[in-house]
Amino acid sequence: MQLEYFQLIDRIVAIDLAGRTIRTEARVPLESTIFQGHFPGHPLMPGVLLIEAMAQTAGWLVIAAARFERMPFLAAVKEAKLRTFVTPGQLLSLAAELVHEGSGYAITAASIAVDGKTVCNAEITFKVMEFPSPEFRATMEAWGERLKFPLEARPAGAQQHG
Amino acid sequence: MPSTFDTVASIIAETCDIERDTIKPESHAIDDLGIDSLDFLDIAFAIDKAFAIKLPLERWTQEVNDGKATTEQYFVLKNLCARIDDLVAAKGAVGS
Repeated sequence: MQLEYFQLIDRIVAIDLAGRTIRTEARVPLESTIFQGHFPGHPLMPGVLLIEAMAQTAGWLVIAAARFERMPFLAAVKEAKLRTFVTPGQLLSLAAELVHEGSGYAITAASIAVDGKTVCNAEITFKVMEFPSPEFRATMEAWGERLKFPLEARPAGAQQHG
Repeated sequence: MPSTFDTVASIIAETCDIERDTIKPESHAIDDLGIDSLDFLDIAFAIDKAFAIKLPLERWTQEVNDGKATTEQYFVLKNLCARIDDLVAAKGAVGS
């Protein structure tokens, strides 16, 4: 997890396209400038970043479902519940389910667990559209490879690079 | 069994907190009811679920942007309901 670069998940653990689910994981860094302000002497992972981590997890699932042909952009967060504090060093187990794949949008349900206990969850809506440019898509594909995006969920043309 | 319009009007009333009585078949979802594109996603989701269809929002939007259709064709509620009925019928035809 690189908070300052907004890279909030470390690894895609599994994507189940048939079951429309994804699991990822991320470890909260022990130190970050963010913790200097949130909060001084009492570092907590900001709730908005937990929501972003869930959105990134769900977003990779939407990308996988679209076979890297479409890009999800965060549109709405509903029923977000931050159930307990998340602190530096904790390992986050993130999960998301594709609840509905509409025309130009997707509805997902996402959650984060620590040591098997749910620490937050939300319903997250994305607008889903064409990649703004081929370069952007290539960047996302490269990012996906770093996260160990499963080969079987990649577009056919990209598997040879995996 | 409620009509398509009754179902759609109830969805809009609940999703957008609009008085049910103000929602008429002649109402334009955008111009008259003030529903924006993000709220319409919630409505589309509810309609997709209620009728087990997939409103082709992207195609409609593209047609409007290309000048091939007007927003009235898709977003005046009686027209939207007619499209929904067509989609339900087409789905039934495929399934039969």
